[in-house]
Amino acid sequence: MSETNTLAGPQRLLWRTAEVREVIDETPRVRSLFLSVTGWSCHRPGQHVDVRLTAEDGYQAQRSYSIASAPEAPQLAITVERIDDGEVSPYLTTEVRVGDRFEVRGPIGGYFVWTAALGGPLFLIAGGSGIAPLMAMLRYRAAVGSDVPALLLYSSRTFADIIYREELNQLAAASDGPSVVHTLTRQQPAGWTGPARRIDRDMLTEIGIAASAQPRVFVCGPTSLVEQTTQSLLALGHEANLIKTERFGPTGAPR
Amino acid sequence: MQDPPIARGFRGKRPPVANDRIPPGQHLTSDFPVLSAGPTPTTRLESWSLALQNGGALLGKWTWREFEGLPQTRVKVDIHCVTTWSKLDTNWQGVTIDTLLQAAGLSEPPRPYVMLHCDGGYTTNVPVEDLINGKAMIATHFEGKPLSPEHGGPARLLVPHLYFWKSAKWVRRLRFIPHDEPGFWESLGYHLYGDPWREQRYVGD
Repeated sequence: MSETNTLAGPQRLLWRTAEVREVIDETPRVRSLFLSVTGWSCHRPGQHVDVRLTAEDGYQAQRSYSIASAPEAPQLAITVERIDDGEVSPYLTTEVRVGDRFEVRGPIGGYFVWTAALGGPLFLIAGGSGIAPLMAMLRYRAAVGSDVPALLLYSSRTFADIIYREELNQLAAASDGPSVVHTLTRQQPAGWTGPARRIDRDMLTEIGIAASAQPRVFVCGPTSLVEQTTQSLLALGHEANLIKTERFGPTGAPR
Repeated sequence: MQDPPIARGFRGKRPPVANDRIPPGQHLTSDFPVLSAGPTPTTRLESWSLALQNGGALLGKWTWREFEGLPQTRVKVDIHCVTTWSKLDTNWQGVTIDTLLQAAGLSEPPRPYVMLHCDGGYTTNVPVEDLINGKAMIATHFEGKPLSPEHGGPARLLVPHLYFWKSAKWVRRLRFIPHDEPGFWESLGYHLYGDPWREQRYVGD
């Protein structure tokens, strides 16, 4: 199959070999993998990728992960949280090392996407590892030198669970950098002055971008956080079609 | 086709039930994950209705009370999400599309395609043949309880033999159309048909 698509019409997304070039432990449970992928076509910030692992006997398992890197970055980054009884995430967060190879397919999804052409302000709300696709947007925003006003409201359990903490500090410190507000829901370090509870309507009112500014809102995190946050945003007057969501995790619905 | 690279040290968890119920590339989950592109709409039952249209012409319309009064069907089915989870033996209750057509006084549905329209603006396209003869229903109950809003309540399409994005949440209108058209995800790179057994996840699969 040709790599160059000169003919009109749908082109099948191919499985491509990814080689792990760098591994960064972000928190005790979360690891970023930096991949070099032959023939990777450029993604847009917020898209995801399918990962496929093949065992020696040919058994395969595949999962979807948000892309955490900017399109401008030299390597494709995914950030994976370990699910203890999971199948793929324990491998990617503990076993994988530099030089290992597996397959990726993508980029996938075109709705949960922000590019500078979509304008702003940009209001990002994350819970836990839901930060990954939003980080792609912030890294992209910095890479292209966008001055669209941006705010990240990021909920983590504890200080040690904050993913990309140093890089977020650096982004926020830059001129035209985004505002970054952390809330810590379980435990706060001594002297913590930031919010210390789950994201709620009061917090969105005090810290968030007002509905009157018509921000582009992206919410990514556990289902409970996304459900509660989006309902609060609607109650505060944000338009449903300006709120885009990605959810992960169960609802606790009857089994 | 080259052999895929071996992921060094990967063993995986082999599925505990016979493979013939799990389509290629899928894995079992006991949870019921939620995936939606935007906020969960909340429609009051008093203002809810379900409409059947042929193009722009109205074929039938039911209020919640009328819809609840239609003959109910229960099914136990396996469901398969394009994000690779599958869930076996899920129990649903609702009104089959066959029953709905009958209630609208149609002996034969218009063909060949349907566009489903939902609260929140979601759409998805399905061939008529995939909705009739007991293959699909408008579901209002999951595991014996009213369907929760985040799972598509008060009513969603259930067309379990296709990837689950086709089982549109918060459905309000079924519109018969003469040509296939992409719905919401189908316009964004996902497959027009979405057969999990042929792994039709994305355009060109």
